[in-house]
Amino acid sequence: MDDDERRDTIGTGHVAPRRSASSLAVGRSSRGDVIFRQLARGSGILLLLIIIAIAAFLVSKAVPAIAKDKSNFLTFTGWDPDGNPPKFGIAPLAAGTLITSALALIMGVPVAVGVALFISHYAPRRMAQLLGAMVDLLAAVPSIVYGLFGLIYLVPAMAKFQGLLHKYFGFIPIFSSTGFYTKSLLVAGVVLAIMILPIVAAISREVFLQTPREHVEAALALGATKWEVMRTAVIPYGRPGIISATVLGFGRALGETIAVALVLPITFKVTLKILDIQGNSIAAEIAVYYGDAGKVGRGALIAAGLVLFAMTLLVNLIARAIVARRRDFRAAAA
Amino acid sequence: MAKRIDVSGLNVFYSKFLAVQDVSIAIEPRTVTALIGPSGCGKSTFLRTLNRMHEVIPRARVEGKVMLDGEDIYAADVDPVNVRRTIGMVFQKPNPFPTMSIYDNVVAGLRLQRRWKEAELDTIVERSLRSANLWAEVEDRLGKPGAGLSGGQQQRLCIARAIAVEPQVLLMDEPCSALDPISTLAIEDLIGELKERYTIVIVTHNMQQAARVSDRTGFFNLAGVGQPGRLIEYDDTERIFTNPNEKKTEEYITGRFG
Repeated sequence: MDDDERRDTIGTGHVAPRRSASSLAVGRSSRGDVIFRQLARGSGILLLLIIIAIAAFLVSKAVPAIAKDKSNFLTFTGWDPDGNPPKFGIAPLAAGTLITSALALIMGVPVAVGVALFISHYAPRRMAQLLGAMVDLLAAVPSIVYGLFGLIYLVPAMAKFQGLLHKYFGFIPIFSSTGFYTKSLLVAGVVLAIMILPIVAAISREVFLQTPREHVEAALALGATKWEVMRTAVIPYGRPGIISATVLGFGRALGETIAVALVLPITFKVTLKILDIQGNSIAAEIAVYYGDAGKVGRGALIAAGLVLFAMTLLVNLIARAIVARRRDFRAAAA
Repeated sequence: MAKRIDVSGLNVFYSKFLAVQDVSIAIEPRTVTALIGPSGCGKSTFLRTLNRMHEVIPRARVEGKVMLDGEDIYAADVDPVNVRRTIGMVFQKPNPFPTMSIYDNVVAGLRLQRRWKEAELDTIVERSLRSANLWAEVEDRLGKPGAGLSGGQQQRLCIARAIAVEPQVLLMDEPCSALDPISTLAIEDLIGELKERYTIVIVTHNMQQAARVSDRTGFFNLAGVGQPGRLIEYDDTERIFTNPNEKKTEEYITGRFG
C-alpha cells in the first residue's frame, strides 16, 4: 500500500479521485468506525450503569436502616445503631468530614497553587523538573503512610503549635480549647492538606503552562512585573483549572479514610473547635466500625456512605456551575 | 508626549547567535517609521529591543545603545518594566486578555500602575476607545468579553489598551497581518491619526502598507543564510519606494525577491 491509499482508508472526505471506486465502497474504514463508535458508546453507558448501581446499592441498604433509627438521622449526635432502641445521627460525621476537608483546602490549595506557579513560571528548568517529580512522588505515597506520619509525628509535633494558636487566637471561637492538645480536626486538616497538595499542584501546573505566550507578552508589554503577569494573565487563564483541581482535591479529602481515621479522635460531637479532642468523619467511622457492626449497624454505616456520596456529587455540581458561569470569557479565547 | 529614539551600534543576540547586527537609526517624534524586509531578517527582533521585550526570551540579550530622548533604556539602573510602560506595543496576533471584559482590557495597563477612581477609568476607557476608533462599536457592551469581538475589533481594542497608559512611543509588530482588508484599512487610518500624538514604529510585510502609512522606511535584509540581519537602508518612505540608494532595496521593493 502506498501512502495515498493509506490516506484514503482514513476516510477524511478528501478522497483521491483516481481511487474512487474502491474508496466509495463500504470497506474496512467504515467498519472500524462502527466498532469504535459502539465501543465508545458502550463505555459511556457502562460508566452510567456503574454510578446507578452504586447509588441503588447505597439506597437499598441505607433506607431500611434509617427506618429503624429511633432518633433523627440528620440531627442526632451519637452513634448506637446496634443498641436498643437503635439511635444514630449523621451530623457529627458529616460536620467532621466537611470541616477537615475545608481546612485541607484552606491550607493546601494556596500552597499548591504557589508550588504550581513556581514550577511553571519561576523555577529554572532543572529545578522545575526536580520539583515536578517530587510533586508526583508525593501523590504516589499510600494514604496509610500519611496516616502514620500524622499519628506518630504530627500529633505530638503539632501539640505546641496548637497551644500557640489557642494562646494568640483563642478569642476566635474556633481556636478555643480545653488546654490539652493531641488528635484534633486541625491535625486531620493538615494531613489532608498534604495529601491533596500534589493533585492540586499537578493540575494547576498544567493549566499554568498552557497560558498562551501572547497573553503573557501582552501583560509584559503593558509594563507588568512578573507577579503582575501572573495576576493579569496566568492565574485568570488557569482559574477554571484551579477550580477543577480544588474540587478533585476536595473530593479526595472528603473520601479519605485511613489517614483521617488515625488522626481523628472518633467522637460524636458536632463542633467547630478545631483544636479540641473532638471529631470524626464519615469515611473514618465506616473504616473503624464496619467490622464490628451488627446488621443495623452496617446499614447505618452504609447510610453514612450514601450521605458522603451525595456530598461529593453536590460538590462536583457546584464546581461545574462555577466554571460554567465564566464560560463566556473562556470559550471566546479559542 | 512623543519622544525620539536614537539607536546606535545595536547587536541583538539569541544566546550566542547574532540575529541582528550593528543597527543605527534615528526615529523622530510624531512620525511613523515602517520596517520592511523579507521573513527572518530581524525586523521584529529589532522592534522588540526598542521596549526591552526581546530579553523576555531566555538568554536573549543586546549590545549597543537605545536612547529615548537621550536616556539609555539599557542603562544599568533602568527597570525594563518602566521602559515598557513608556513604550507601548501592539502584536501581530490580536491578544486581548480572554478572561477580561472590553472595559477591563482597556484599563489593564492602568490598573498595574495604581488605584484609580471609577470615574477616572470611565473617562480613560471612552477616550482610548474613541482614539482607537472602536467606541461606537462597543459602547453598549463594555462588560462583554474582549475576545468576543472580530479580529479587527480585537486589534483596535489592543491599540486602545496600549494607548490608555499614554505611552511615548507605540511599537506595532505586523498589526494587520491577521486581519481582513477592511479591518486593515481601519487600522491604517488609525495609525495616521495616532501619529499626531505618538512616535510610531511599525513592522510590516505589506509594502503598500508601508508606503501608505509611513514617513520613513527602514529596509532590513540578511547577507545570507545564517548571517545576521542588517539595516540596509533607512530614508524617507517616498525615496525608498521611488529611488532607493541600495540595489537590494530596489530589488525587494520591486518584488524581485523576498
